[in-house]
Amino acid sequence: MPERGDKIALPVPLEAFDRLMPLHLRVNPDGRITGYGPTLAKLLGRQGILGHGLFEAFEVRRPAGLTSIVLLQAHAGERLRLTLRHAPRPVAFRGLAMPLAEGAGMILNLSFGIGVVDAVRNFALTDGDFAATDLAVEMMYLVEAKTAAMETLRGFALRMQGDKQMAETQALTDTLTGLRNRRALAQLLERLTQSEAPFGLMHIDLDYFKAVNDTFGHAAGDHVLRWVADVLTGEARMTDIFARVGGDEFVGVFPDLTDVDRLTSTARRIIEALSRPILFEGRMCQISASIGITTSVNYAVPEIARMQHDADEALYASKRAGRGQAQAYPSGGVVRDSAALDDRRSA
Amino acid sequence: MLGLINRSFQFFLSDTYGVEFWENVAKVADIRVSGFESMLIYDDKLINQVIDAASALLRRPRESLMEDMGTYLVSHESLQTVRRLLRFSGVNFGEFLNSMEELPERGRLVLPELELPEMELCDLGGGHFRLRCRARFAGTGHIVMGLLRAMADDYGALVLLDHLGLDAGGEVISVQIADQALYEARPFSLGLSVG
Repeated sequence: MPERGDKIALPVPLEAFDRLMPLHLRVNPDGRITGYGPTLAKLLGRQGILGHGLFEAFEVRRPAGLTSIVLLQAHAGERLRLTLRHAPRPVAFRGLAMPLAEGAGMILNLSFGIGVVDAVRNFALTDGDFAATDLAVEMMYLVEAKTAAMETLRGFALRMQGDKQMAETQALTDTLTGLRNRRALAQLLERLTQSEAPFGLMHIDLDYFKAVNDTFGHAAGDHVLRWVADVLTGEARMTDIFARVGGDEFVGVFPDLTDVDRLTSTARRIIEALSRPILFEGRMCQISASIGITTSVNYAVPEIARMQHDADEALYASKRAGRGQAQAYPSGGVVRDSAALDDRRSA
Repeated sequence: MLGLINRSFQFFLSDTYGVEFWENVAKVADIRVSGFESMLIYDDKLINQVIDAASALLRRPRESLMEDMGTYLVSHESLQTVRRLLRFSGVNFGEFLNSMEELPERGRLVLPELELPEMELCDLGGGHFRLRCRARFAGTGHIVMGLLRAMADDYGALVLLDHLGLDAGGEVISVQIADQALYEARPFSLGLSVG
């Protein structure tokens, strides 16, 4: 065993205690507080606890039942958990008490432990309030560095989330027209059928679009498709969704709208709008549209494939009947475009 | 290299010279305009591409650009955190300087992948020091010098700094501290002011 050095009690000036252990506390053999370090003094404020009984000023929480100086002597050198009652608000400490030489009482050293962060804030402590050997400042450094690192990570996560949302939106959008794409439509129809919500379905196929493309070129075709998207969006309620599902094929979904008359009149307005000539770079492009309609109430259990098939049937019935028309499934109500209708009415 | 360093450079350039300038740098350096992410690891050569591009576009030597970057890290209002974290290293500039050797360790404590320059401080007496730093990319000494200059200002210390160039141990900076007692440090509270 190495030599332990001093074998007698050290005469330590109080100033040394204060510098070495700014959170210590001295107690006489009767358990009265006779002095304490400068940081503890800072916590206690002007009133102080000089001359108070140690167990009035502090509650010893662990070990339990430690309520007298005799018992404290018996637990010398053990880890204590205490609460200071006299501060503006209770402060929790870790502590360690050791007897002084020649029965002169005890010395109790305290530490904030993990509570150091709150203590520093609540009592505006500075590095001068801790012993130079204390790791409190490193602890504060870590807390602040961790906060900054977390902040950075949160920013990173938010940017990633934004990118993800944008990617998802792009994945569901038809880039030419800004309408939904086939994938978005499939998701929407699946959601609607799963939730058993009623809805109307409209298949729209442009008439004479190929002629525009062939005659005026793809730029004209793209212009027409964007214009079609504008027309469809203009006819949509907030909840209605239009998707472009093929070159010149579109699908409209109308949640909670199963009234065939209303759907047909919407279809009629769309056909009427699409049948007006479109100006592109000084040239007139002329298209129209054929539309097929069905609604989920036509089916005991609406099945997407079945509904799309029936809407297509109605659409091709419109085509066969001379284009520029809307028909609803099950067959019946043929509706010509409004000009034709007006002709019929006036006839 | 951890993107935090690259991103600091990116923000130094866009805060100092404007976002458009950064976009030009990104174009010349052949990197994405959105730049770097702090927590991702990037190839070391990218930071050099950025510094070279900025240096060419500004017609300024790399060294002076890097020194400005060091000052920016400490003094720009958007980066209060760096200054605060550095202030935890000491109560005055002398103590701060003496803690520079701990810097890589302090960095690793928070971000294990953050490789800050290795430092070695030699006390020549009379307030005169030699600080050697070794890092992954050339010119780091100039960043450190800019950072020391700004920290000296923050501590209110009068300090003379000089980059002495390279020796076998790395880049060498001469530091001369004038009488510390004459100057008051800017107040610093240990606790974050936010709740």
